[in-house]
Amino acid sequence: MGTEKPKADLLPGTLDMLVLKMLMRGHLHGYAIAQLIQQLSDDLLRVEEGSLYPALQRLELKGWTEGEWGLSANNRRARFYKLTPDGRKHLAEESAHYRQVTGAVARIMGFA
Amino acid sequence: MRASSCWKCFRRRLRYWLDHSERHRLLWEEMEFHIESMTQELAAQGISVPDARAAAHRKFGNMTQKSEDARSTWIARWMGDLAQDLRLAFRGMRRDAGSTMFVILIAGLGIGASSTIFSVVNALLLRPLPFRDAERLVWIVNEEWSIQVDNYRDLQALNQSFTDLAGFAGVHVGGSALTGTGEPERLTNSPVTCNFFTLLGVQPMIGRSFTAEECQQKFSNPPAVLLSYGFWQRRFASDRAVVGRTLTLNNKPVMVVGVLPASFDFASVFEPGSPVDVFIPWPLTAETNRYGNTLKAIGRLWPDATAENAQAEFTVLADQMARQHPERNPVKPSLTPLSQHVSGRARPALMVLVCAVGVVMLIVCANLSNLQLARLGVRQKEMAMRAALGAGRLRLLRQMLTESVVLSCCGAALGLILAVVGTRAIAHLDAFNIPLLASVRLDGEALGFTLVAAVLTGILFGLLPALQVRSFAVGEALKDGSRGSSGRRRNTWVRNALVVSEIAFACALLVGAGLLIRSFVRVLDLNLGFEPERAATMRVDPSSRFSGSVQRNSYMDEVLQRTRSLPGMRAAGLTDVLPFAGDRSYQVSGKGQIYPKGQHPPEPFVRVVSEGYFEALGIRLQAGRGFTERDRESSEPVVIVNETLARTLWPGQEAVGQIITQDGGRRVVGVVADVRHEALEKVGGAEMYLPMRQTGDYGSMNLVVRTALPPDRLASSVREALKTIDPNLPVGEFRTLQDLVDKAVSPRRFLALLLAGFAGFALLLASLGIYAVISYSVNQRTQEIGIRMALGASATNLQSRILLSTLGLTALGLALGMAASRALTGALESLLFDVTPGDPITFIGIGALLIAVAAVAGYIPARRASRIDPMVALRSN
Repeated sequence: MGTEKPKADLLPGTLDMLVLKMLMRGHLHGYAIAQLIQQLSDDLLRVEEGSLYPALQRLELKGWTEGEWGLSANNRRARFYKLTPDGRKHLAEESAHYRQVTGAVARIMGFA
Repeated sequence: MRASSCWKCFRRRLRYWLDHSERHRLLWEEMEFHIESMTQELAAQGISVPDARAAAHRKFGNMTQKSEDARSTWIARWMGDLAQDLRLAFRGMRRDAGSTMFVILIAGLGIGASSTIFSVVNALLLRPLPFRDAERLVWIVNEEWSIQVDNYRDLQALNQSFTDLAGFAGVHVGGSALTGTGEPERLTNSPVTCNFFTLLGVQPMIGRSFTAEECQQKFSNPPAVLLSYGFWQRRFASDRAVVGRTLTLNNKPVMVVGVLPASFDFASVFEPGSPVDVFIPWPLTAETNRYGNTLKAIGRLWPDATAENAQAEFTVLADQMARQHPERNPVKPSLTPLSQHVSGRARPALMVLVCAVGVVMLIVCANLSNLQLARLGVRQKEMAMRAALGAGRLRLLRQMLTESVVLSCCGAALGLILAVVGTRAIAHLDAFNIPLLASVRLDGEALGFTLVAAVLTGILFGLLPALQVRSFAVGEALKDGSRGSSGRRRNTWVRNALVVSEIAFACALLVGAGLLIRSFVRVLDLNLGFEPERAATMRVDPSSRFSGSVQRNSYMDEVLQRTRSLPGMRAAGLTDVLPFAGDRSYQVSGKGQIYPKGQHPPEPFVRVVSEGYFEALGIRLQAGRGFTERDRESSEPVVIVNETLARTLWPGQEAVGQIITQDGGRRVVGVVADVRHEALEKVGGAEMYLPMRQTGDYGSMNLVVRTALPPDRLASSVREALKTIDPNLPVGEFRTLQDLVDKAVSPRRFLALLLAGFAGFALLLASLGIYAVISYSVNQRTQEIGIRMALGASATNLQSRILLSTLGLTALGLALGMAASRALTGALESLLFDVTPGDPITFIGIGALLIAVAAVAGYIPARRASRIDPMVALRSN
């Protein structure tokens, strides 16, 4: 299981957007974010830990998320992330942009 | 808004960076939580907890790498690596303090020498002269001497190339006597044309420059002076109120009109080694025209003019002037850009120094490379371990380079200290007549140079060892039996090559230094035409209160008489021009000699001397008689010529008894030996000596004495004797003739000494290199040597084998070095004197020296090898 490949590669730059989107649901720790993306995509998208933590660091550095320490469901110390107003704005811009691009791709490919 | 968010981002990044160890810990904890969560999930599926944990770890992968990846979002990867490499480097340096010190010392010496030489080159060749638009200034002389005032005025008026010309009439050491307030003192003055400072773009710091009216007065009675900054500081304690005050110069009142800025160092540019105290106006009048060739000129080119075109124009103008004014001295204008004139003489020597210091740096690098390679042998396992733990080849290479750059930067810190000391020492070499030397200092450019040199040195000497790292196969090195691996053999080959190159470089340096030292010795051995030992001189100008020649002559008589009566005095005489100073010349011909058109009679240098001068200076009389006290105004006008002038005017004839045209006819009463008056290396040229009592045509008077004791012991008694004649007489310093000679050879000695120092350092490094390589190979072959000895090889046999291999390396290095030297020494030719660039004695001597040093460096490890106990050697390992 450890060596199996993710079933679908994420388009570059979409991981940040997905993480932000997950955080719209409230405070989440890294593991929960990864799990949630996997579940919501019906196991199609699997987030590699190797890219998740750099992404979390990056988002925090840009000021789109804020991390704080809290207790997880099983009472362990975990780092929870939440969206900042800047992050919300950025997510809105990104998703609009993404919708345009994928719509355009879909039209060309004749999916729509 | 964009900028502010950037700023916030930067601040956050900085906070992360400053707090990076805490951040790192938290990140680690976060990732551990992630793994723990995965474990729990797997355990919930019914896998045992340890298995689940192992699986989670496997899935997560290398935590260290992941954390580094994550960290690299806020701290660039290379910065983190660099910090780690630096830590490793410093740890390694502490562990191996002995060789670290050695590396730092050698790198420091090399970098210090480079920075010092760079500072000199920067001051003398690279920095522009300290004048406004200095690149448009042109140096204008008459062949290589001065121009007559009327010629100068015509050139100034007629030329189209220059916005203006300005000039100065030499530097007169001790030319003005300052009396009145404080100790009487002889000042060095320089008469300059009215526009001199304007043309150079130099503004007086206080007060003003000369006015046109001040430049119209009689030269002997200047109405105004400008003070140099140094003199103003020394004599007037930087008192600004001195401007407007009246001083007594040569018993005449003179007004101080201004003080020049500290940045204007006339002496260091135009007359190195003779700091000027005051500037006086040089009027362009009929009076100064009568003084003959006096002016050295500087022109400021129009923006679109060039020095070459100006040269062509001046040659044409000079021809016209010669036709229109046959009564004037001939003029052959020679124009060179001022910067070239100022630093041109020093350029070849500086280029040699630059090359020498470059070669020294190469030897330093080769030596340090060798040392690092030797240490690499010891550290092979450390490197292999790092490689096994996942350090890539590039990463190891970078670590090695970081180490060597850190070492050379530490060396550079030491080098900077040396360079500060070195540049200070050079800037204070007052006795040197090299222009701009006083402005040598360690500035920002030199600091930048040092930094670049340090990094380059580190990369250069670290690169070979770093590249060698990859030749250590990981598995092989980790195994203990590490003898004779291919990596080692290659290593030995590289180290031998390094030693050979060190020997070759050292050889080239030694040959260069040897040639220069031999030239220097040749110059010292020259027959100067006078004997500087036990001779000394002092300025004793007659006071300008003496109006007539009778008064002046009786003053001279008294000076000579009192001096000669001092105990320990062998001879005393007077002259207006000392050796290596002054270039006044007159055109003369033999009576009745007619020169065809286009040919000029000879122009001998003129010296006005008293009786006793030839004896005091040690100039040999070749024919006839010397001057006596009886050669007075009332007696027949006489002259003494030197051998060159005698030969030129009356080839194949007896010169004594002939008449020359000077002053309406003077009879030649004697012929004296030629004196090297201009420079040691230059044959003197034509000279004539006029008896002092028959002419008033001199601006200064120097007492020359020859003593039985060292001259400085007589200084005070001479001074006392002169004080009794005139208590107001400012007595200058007592200078020995040997000082004058030393000053004249100082640049040559300086170059020879510096190069000898570099060569000695190179020789030391090369011998250390040989020693290191031979003793390394002996250590490597301890077992082999043990076996040989057990099989009956004698100690002598072993020693000679090792010595032979040493000499083999040396011979190869020597052959390369000699070939390179032979090819390169041609460039030294202009600096050599009486020695050919291929001088066999130098080449053979250097070869013998290198072989001897190499033999010693190889003998020490060879002796150690021959003392190896075979039993111990075989048991070890």
